[in-house]
Amino acid sequence: MTHIKDIPQDWFTPAQKDDIGKELVVRPALSYWADAWRRLRKNIMAMISLIFLVILVILAIVVPIVSPHSVTDINLPNQNLAPNSVHWFGTDELGRDVFTRTWYGARISLFVGIAAATIDFLVGVIYGGIAGYKGGRTDSVMMRIVEILYGLPNLIVVILLMVVMGSSMTTIIVALTITGWIGMARIVRGQVLQLKNYEFVTASKSFGAGTMRIIRKNLLPNTMGPIIVQMTLTVPSAIFAEAFLSFLGLGIQAPYASWGVMANDAISVISTGYWWRLFFPALFISLTMYAFNTLGDGLQDALDPKLRR
Amino acid sequence: MLRYILKRFVMMIITILIIASLTFFLMLKIPGSPFDSDRTTNPTIQANLERYYNLDEPIYVQYFTYLKRIVTFDFGPSIKKPTETVNELLERGFPISFELGIIAIVVALISGITLGTIAALRHNGVIDYLAMTIAVIGISVPNFILATLFIQVFAVYWGWFPAATWQSVSHMVLPTLALATGPMAIIARLTRASMLEVLTQDYIKMARAKGLKPWRVVVRHALRNALMPVVTILGTMLAGILTGTFVIEQIFGIPGMGKYFVESINNRDYPLIMGTTVFYSAFLVFSLFLVDIVYGFLDPRIKLHKKEGEA
Repeated sequence: MTHIKDIPQDWFTPAQKDDIGKELVVRPALSYWADAWRRLRKNIMAMISLIFLVILVILAIVVPIVSPHSVTDINLPNQNLAPNSVHWFGTDELGRDVFTRTWYGARISLFVGIAAATIDFLVGVIYGGIAGYKGGRTDSVMMRIVEILYGLPNLIVVILLMVVMGSSMTTIIVALTITGWIGMARIVRGQVLQLKNYEFVTASKSFGAGTMRIIRKNLLPNTMGPIIVQMTLTVPSAIFAEAFLSFLGLGIQAPYASWGVMANDAISVISTGYWWRLFFPALFISLTMYAFNTLGDGLQDALDPKLRR
Repeated sequence: MLRYILKRFVMMIITILIIASLTFFLMLKIPGSPFDSDRTTNPTIQANLERYYNLDEPIYVQYFTYLKRIVTFDFGPSIKKPTETVNELLERGFPISFELGIIAIVVALISGITLGTIAALRHNGVIDYLAMTIAVIGISVPNFILATLFIQVFAVYWGWFPAATWQSVSHMVLPTLALATGPMAIIARLTRASMLEVLTQDYIKMARAKGLKPWRVVVRHALRNALMPVVTILGTMLAGILTGTFVIEQIFGIPGMGKYFVESINNRDYPLIMGTTVFYSAFLVFSLFLVDIVYGFLDPRIKLHKKEGEA
């Protein structure tokens, strides 16, 4: 035990202050997005999904262009060939190349999914943003409307619309977005309601910023996390809905194909043993839904670390 | 509480009314007429037919007749099957669809909650990964593909279960599994996530410290609180299962309501479209209403008579 008197005096001299070094920023500041990206990169499954989706998009664009086989041309001598070196995924009952059709189907399914997500985003953000920001009576009227729409069984509405407007890709997208934007609007409204009372919004107001500027510059950027997650999760549900409608015979019309149409055609002849006709579209529907869902979960963890479980 | 129930009830009526009106006016816009296939019908017969189904009256009269029929629950005769009324078709189809739906929900709830709970208790263990893999497959694979797969594997290849129709318990196995897998996966994921959160709470430590048996802690203390999110999504899940029955019934050749729904649309059978749509929607909206009220009773923290403008 050291006695108190034995402690040398110079132990108590103040340490030298490093006035410059203290203020020096050693590492570059991480923005919110850089930080989220860093977290996302650590999530292996989410990254694999992201890479898969990028490859899927590229192949969906490229394959139908470069493929020697046509998407729609009928070639009866080649009907129902098993996968071989010419037709990698085999052919269907009209001799069309399943490989080319699968990637053409990818175009349609992805386009429907992404278009639906984008429209949901636009409508939902505007509606939810206004309701949340205005508050009071405007908000309660707007939310009553949403509550009623939320109770509508959306697939029944979609089916009715498809019957009335005829089956086309536009109809599918319109039908899916008619009830699809509601989820987005609710999320945006909730976020805006919370954020609008924060000091930085008050500060912005005190500088004379208008409503639109505050929504655009202060509120939306802070809501982007949940919005992006919701969009990522909208895409697989739209792809599923499209496949479901095609299955009921209300989807994209022949001779063009989406994954749902291909699966539906194949299921009716499944007992004949032409497994490849069902296997490839089914595989790609499932992989794509899986990838979007995993990426969505990963993004949720990355963009909102507070919610992490 | 009573005020809340009343408010939800009014909302429910409005929703059903909107669906009914939407169905009516959309149907007027459908190209084609139910008598399209009988091209040779002479004009007099055509006019008589239209009078019989009230199609010759002005639209607003048709609309009110239609609303009256909904209120009295009498949808009139079907156009394509003139010997039967829509009510008879519904009475025949609905019990089968309902049975399929209810069994699927019960299976999904029991297996989903069990799977989710075990996964949470064995967090990051083998069972956890296994359960979550099953859950991911359930979410990613559309039910019509699962159904076909089940038929091929369990009915055609191994011959364990019959491939179609709805007669005995063994007939029910495959359709129920195909329908329940998706919702089961969602429930399992949700239960697991909220179980993991609840298990870190102080009252769980307290319960353990008191020396309660582990299963009692899990069932009485943890699960009760962890199940709230599951109750919340029960409503949306019902909608999914209901529409799922359309596809499953078609694949397995089950004579439920889904078949009539799809047929009625393709045949432009107006009374049957109205009957099935309104019936389906009303059933669904009513279920949502029940779920909301059950939720209110289960979680006393949720003040049911929220002030306007609050979440």
